[in-house]
Amino acid sequence: MIRVFFAEWRKLRRPSLFAGTMGAVGAVTALVTSLLFLLLDSARGNAREGQMISRSTLEMAHGVSIGFSSSAGLLGLVALCVFAAQTAQEYTYGTLRNLLVRQPKRLTLLLGKFLAMTSFGLITVVFSAVVSTILAFTLSGKAKVATTAWTTGDARTAMLHTFINVFLSVVAYGTVGMILGLLFRSPIPAISIGVAWLLIVENIIAATVKNSGKWMPGQLMTTIASGGDLTATYSHAILMVTAYLAAGAIVVGILFRRRDVSN
Amino acid sequence: MSTLAISVKDLSKKYGDRVAVSHANFEVPLGTVCGFVGPNGSGKTTTMRMLLGLISPTGGTGTILGEPINHPERYLNRVGAMIEGPAFYPALSGAENLRVLATLGGYETGQVQSLLERVGLGDRGDSKYKTYSLGMKQRLGIAAALLPNPQLLMLDEPTNGLDPAGIQEIRELLRSLASQGITVFISSHLLSEIEMISDSLVMLRKGKVIFAGKTQDLLERQQPTIIAKCLNTQDLPKLIQIAQSAGHSGSTIGEEAHILASADWAATLNTLAFQAGITLSQISPVLPSLEETFFEMTGDDE
Repeated sequence: MIRVFFAEWRKLRRPSLFAGTMGAVGAVTALVTSLLFLLLDSARGNAREGQMISRSTLEMAHGVSIGFSSSAGLLGLVALCVFAAQTAQEYTYGTLRNLLVRQPKRLTLLLGKFLAMTSFGLITVVFSAVVSTILAFTLSGKAKVATTAWTTGDARTAMLHTFINVFLSVVAYGTVGMILGLLFRSPIPAISIGVAWLLIVENIIAATVKNSGKWMPGQLMTTIASGGDLTATYSHAILMVTAYLAAGAIVVGILFRRRDVSN
Repeated sequence: MSTLAISVKDLSKKYGDRVAVSHANFEVPLGTVCGFVGPNGSGKTTTMRMLLGLISPTGGTGTILGEPINHPERYLNRVGAMIEGPAFYPALSGAENLRVLATLGGYETGQVQSLLERVGLGDRGDSKYKTYSLGMKQRLGIAAALLPNPQLLMLDEPTNGLDPAGIQEIRELLRSLASQGITVFISSHLLSEIEMISDSLVMLRKGKVIFAGKTQDLLERQQPTIIAKCLNTQDLPKLIQIAQSAGHSGSTIGEEAHILASADWAATLNTLAFQAGITLSQISPVLPSLEETFFEMTGDDE
């Protein structure tokens, strides 16, 4: 398992992937955090779906981590793309046969890859947290947001909770990407179907069918990142997402173990 | 301890109604070079994939280095393989690609440079794989197969895309590996290459093994030919007649008589021709090449 982990990291650390992903993570975090502060007094809202997060909310202890937690959905999409691409490319490049000759225990290979990509996801979340926090302090003056509560113990606890929730959400998105990569065995359909479902289909269903958000995996993964919201409670979101991912993982685990590697 | 590197019994693979490999039986002794030949689609790659645990047989059994093929984890750490051409990550260098596989297999990553040098890529190891020519990719594939310091090397068309000098280098490399006791199981369309390096041969046609054994035995099983030239070409029909009256069929091809007879009848032919007043300017017994044998046995459908 540990050998699979380090072998996978040799691929993940290549500059084009590592720097590219960190660039994307930095950009989406900077965008979301900046809009949160710069549109603070805008009538059109300063958060997702036109929601308004007030100055007094931002001045609370957890205010420093709101930008970070608001970035979770986009961070999740980045994770989905990376996990899906890294998994499906093994089929399109034909490299899976090399990997399986060197590590014939297929589930060990799969788990090692997953752990390596999860650790990669952890780094993206840390980077996002750092970018968001620096930007929050930088923009607080211009937005006239008092930061006294941001340096208290409560703020650190809130940041830790947010960090854990965002990380869990990112890993869940990434797991969806890996499942799709294993199902479709090609990065383009895996990523496009995943993104289309999460960004378009779920939002249409959520907007047209009342209370459907509490059953939609994408909505629930965002709920996990925010620690529970109007869509669903945190525990419901954790339970449902775990059930969805476990079912998906079992299906693709069986397929991966039994399927012939013919390409 | 088994003396066989590969042993398969009734190995079969079906995809729906299509039979890819049907009841294949063959053995490859340890320390030999075995050629694996057959027309396109005859089941060579499918068989190799079954031996490597990449696809599951629908029937039959087999062992690799004494271990059953349904437990590839027991033998693959002693097997090097390149199946259906090289496959690596385009954005990584050749050396880094090898390090990925070395790390995965638990092999020393420090050997990567020496392996690259061994296959003639010593100065291109840091170049990205996507910049490699087909021949360089093949060489990298062979280097990857050598990572585990294998007891058994399975190579599928390793000389594809190589120029004549490259083919010769790979031939020398395989000979050197064989001299170290490594068993080599190699498929190739270059039958002259296979003939030069292999001790034994497995020939497939439409998923069935049509020959498995020593290469020499196969060639000797085919009808040998004596090619003779007369000083006076007008004597050729008379020479054919002499051969036919001795029970050997023959025909004239250009200025040569091709008589189907074994090499040891050449002296008799020479004597009979002399007695008939025919002077032979050349007489040479010829064994059919592997290529000729292959086409004869596989029905020329390659």
